[in-house]
Amino acid sequence: MEYLNIIFQESYKILFLLVPVLVSVAMIVWLDRRVWAFVQKRQGPNVVGPFGLLQSLADALKYIFKEIIIPASSNKVIFILAPIITMTLALIAWAVIPFGLEQVLADINVGILYIFAVSSLGVYGIIMGGWASNSKYPFLGAIRSAAQMVSYEVSIGIIIINVLLCVGSLNLNDIVIAQKEMWFVIPLFPMFVIFFISALAETNRPPFDLPEAEAELVAGYQTEYSGMMYAMFWLGEYANILLMCALGSILFLGGWLSPIDLYPFNLIPGALWLIFKILFLFILFALVKAIVPRYRYDQLMRLGWKIFLPLSLTYVVLTASYLFYFNLLPTI
Amino acid sequence: MLAHAIFFYVFSVIAVVSAIMVTVSKNTVHSVFFLILDFISISCLFIMIGAEFLGMIMLIVYVGAVAVLFLFVVMMLNVAQQKNQWFVSKNSSRHIPIGLLISVIIFFELIIVIGGWKYKPDLFNSAKSSLENGVSNTHSLGQVLYTDYIHVFQISGMILLIAMIGAIVLTFRQREGVKKQSYLKQISRERTEGVEVLEVASNKGVKIDD
Repeated sequence: MEYLNIIFQESYKILFLLVPVLVSVAMIVWLDRRVWAFVQKRQGPNVVGPFGLLQSLADALKYIFKEIIIPASSNKVIFILAPIITMTLALIAWAVIPFGLEQVLADINVGILYIFAVSSLGVYGIIMGGWASNSKYPFLGAIRSAAQMVSYEVSIGIIIINVLLCVGSLNLNDIVIAQKEMWFVIPLFPMFVIFFISALAETNRPPFDLPEAEAELVAGYQTEYSGMMYAMFWLGEYANILLMCALGSILFLGGWLSPIDLYPFNLIPGALWLIFKILFLFILFALVKAIVPRYRYDQLMRLGWKIFLPLSLTYVVLTASYLFYFNLLPTI
Repeated sequence: MLAHAIFFYVFSVIAVVSAIMVTVSKNTVHSVFFLILDFISISCLFIMIGAEFLGMIMLIVYVGAVAVLFLFVVMMLNVAQQKNQWFVSKNSSRHIPIGLLISVIIFFELIIVIGGWKYKPDLFNSAKSSLENGVSNTHSLGQVLYTDYIHVFQISGMILLIAMIGAIVLTFRQREGVKKQSYLKQISRERTEGVEVLEVASNKGVKIDD
């Protein structure tokens, strides 16, 4: 009975987190398309509902009623598993994101490592989808994305080390609280820029959407997918983008802290501040998609290994020496 | 305690079954996927005994990086052709004694470890260090690793670096006749060297040599 109670309570909390995340994923797709359109002097989706807000809902309905086609020569179990894994991994990482001092589903000690681990697992959905399709374009897309995501994870990991040096804890709430005096975006601004670009590459967003470069690979690893399975890939991708924005705002933009600790700003709950920051970062993501042309593959690899990795490593040394010299290293 | 036991048995059964499936399954890509499942369930077991840092590092390093490279290599092989040829061919049988030797060594090592654990419990109790209250797993690990064992830590880092350099040296080759972009050259190009204005006499044309 006791266990049942705990299970019910936890599922209630999980639902309260997951439903808003899924709804905001749908909304964010709409926002992405609108921003993209406005940069190109178009209107974007504006027909379904007010301002076209219900466009994603209409799209989702369409996807649900489409037929799911499974290629005859594909590896069926893995083919079906791939979108499920992508979606699941994109959603379970939200468990540790703090929306306030108490408003966090699992306040674990190694929160940042958990997010890092889950986002590094995200590559499996893509590899499995590409391999199980048993077709050339998906396979090429999968191989590309595996190399790309592994490369950019390295620089993200080292950027996280930069932040952890200043905090002295792997807990996400501790990271937020450590920014009470000054957001880390100010002392670590170069790292913020590199994190932003690496996050673009990690989530396969343009200009780094090589795995699904439509001019070369049809749709990359998603080529053979249709109906709801395609939609799950798509939703997982956007949930991942939101997660990366949330991670960026927690690491550099002070998470749920208000920008100024003064009277009128204090009244706004922390969760709203976090959402504002996520939206700000997401609009930057959307702008980049509209503005920058796609990278070539060798340029992508060069940027990851020859520029970002040495830069972030140098910055680790700089941060560590600064903290050590001025005796600012955090103690337990 | 009951929930703890249930989780332990679920994860360990998954770990053992997937470890068996790694060796049994005929498709090599499936083996790698089972290996990944094995890694994940073992990291869950790590987290259950309170070694959260180790569990997460296991996920990041083994599942997030090493297994991706495994998959990379295995997917590139033509699996359909190579299926079961290894066991049939004659020259493979000379690898079997070495494999047997290694597995016998591992078997005896496991016996020693488990036997020591079973018959000399005080030997293991002395090695166990208790965590102080309020100090997290990660902090205490870092404190031990960067103070008492700093030399071992540095040496292992050096060994990894040397292995990395060795791998690069082995696979590095200078290719002839490959045109490469030089970013510096492209940026430093100026209009004067790229464009030339010529006076062309009519009906004569002009000869351009480069």
